Amino acid sequence: MRENLAKAFALANTQLIRRAQLPKSYTDLVGRKLFLFLLTLQGLVAFALITLGVILRKSRAARNVIRPRIRQEIARAGVALLPMFVFVALALGFLVIGQTVSTLAKFGATDYLGTTMVIVVVRELGPLLAAMLVLARVGTAHVIELGTARALGEVEALEALGIDPVHYLIVPRVIGMAVGVFSLTVYLIIGALVSGYLFAFLQDVPLTPGDYFKQIAGALSWLDFALLALKTVAFGFFIAIVTCYHGLARPLRLEDVSRVAVRAVSQGVIVCVLIDALFILLYLVA
Amino acid sequence: MSEPEKTSVIEMRAVSVGAMRDIGLVVLADVNWSVAPGEFWAVAGQQHSGKSDFLMLSAGLMAPVQGDCKLFGTETRRFDETKLTERLRVGFVFEGGQLFNQLTIRENVALPLQYHRDLPPAEAAQEVAALLELLELTPLAEVTPANVSGNWLQRAALARALMLRPEVLLLDNPLAGLGARHRQWWLRFLDQLWRGHAWCGGRPMTLIATTDDLRPWRNANRKFALLHDKKFFPLGAWNEIESTNDPVVKELLAAPAELIS
Repeated sequence: MRENLAKAFALANTQLIRRAQLPKSYTDLVGRKLFLFLLTLQGLVAFALITLGVILRKSRAARNVIRPRIRQEIARAGVALLPMFVFVALALGFLVIGQTVSTLAKFGATDYLGTTMVIVVVRELGPLLAAMLVLARVGTAHVIELGTARALGEVEALEALGIDPVHYLIVPRVIGMAVGVFSLTVYLIIGALVSGYLFAFLQDVPLTPGDYFKQIAGALSWLDFALLALKTVAFGFFIAIVTCYHGLARPLRLEDVSRVAVRAVSQGVIVCVLIDALFILLYLVA
Repeated sequence: MSEPEKTSVIEMRAVSVGAMRDIGLVVLADVNWSVAPGEFWAVAGQQHSGKSDFLMLSAGLMAPVQGDCKLFGTETRRFDETKLTERLRVGFVFEGGQLFNQLTIRENVALPLQYHRDLPPAEAAQEVAALLELLELTPLAEVTPANVSGNWLQRAALARALMLRPEVLLLDNPLAGLGARHRQWWLRFLDQLWRGHAWCGGRPMTLIATTDDLRPWRNANRKFALLHDKKFFPLGAWNEIESTNDPVVKELLAAPAELIS
């Protein structure tokens, strides 16, 4: 395996530390957890940089092989999840937005409707919910597929054929997931805002559709669009990086698969929350 | 640089071979070996003697733990993407095939051609069909590996390795688990490749195969070596093997009990 990739994967091999006896003091335990966290973070950052390098360096290589694989991944991380997202958008609209609209109307605070919707749905809830759903549905599949491919020697077979495993296996998944999370977030936000108004309308909230969408449009700025795009692409990219890293890092035995999948999902959630926090800072600065 | 180093396909000097699955574990030490173009080597060893790791190292798929390993005169430690041309001169057939399970046999065979020449499936189709026909794989072209028997999986892996017409072919225990008819086909076909097959433009191919049973490889034109006790022993030609008293070689030459009975 390529030297830099092997080094990044070696950082995931923390079994020795994880299987060691629990430390006797809390400070030692915290130290061990922190050490494991830093090791994983180092491995993930190295893997992300390697993948980014391959995306940029090989953007024109083997297009006839890679592009169909990217389309497949977009279909899997985007189009195939549309029915579920329609359902979630309706639920989000009915459960959260409808109630928010009717409560604001009850207190005569409909002037704040646009700002509230933009902060709650467009900036926070929409992207984070979309990322979590894609992580659960597609991210776990990545871990299992790549773990199996590694165990069956498919990665070595790619190397023997002179095919870069990161280019063939990881790049399509990363691009597919980044596009998937971005598109699904847009659909989720639109679906939730429309269904939310329908719920409010059924509750006789004195608000015309024109006023409702005018308020939301008024509260949106270009910065919201730009940061929404950046944030969702970052969610998709890093979820794919975390899940692919854990799937590919070492050949998984059957009994390892569920544990590694759970770890990848947990780390995926943490990474998403950290990215979200970073973007809140960006909003505050901007 | 001496003359043999210039012309050698593979050159190993005091090489220690690590295990592919655990690079810290040394499976062979102090290997000195040289393969000239056009040679046909059968490297024998019992199970877990490090045959696969030795072959992977020979192909430049992993670096030696110690020593120098050169492929076409290039250090395999530096076998990165800038040396892709050299890598593509080597074909590798894994034990059991190691085909890509999500792809059909046709897609598996076509993948190296499509990837390295950036061809759409339609443009690669003719060449792929010719190779599938040559290896009698046409009826299985649209089947995924999970639905193909081991005999044909191994042959599909050979097709994939031959797609780019390599100069050197490394085969990891290619006859393991094959039926008698397939075994005969393999030996005949490998001999044709070694002499120069039309698929590779009639150019004689360098072949290195590992095995845990020396008998099928009996041939005066082949060279033999043994992996045993973490060491590499060149055995010479077939007549030298037959006259040896080495118990391990004798074991590898003996028919398994079930065949005798």
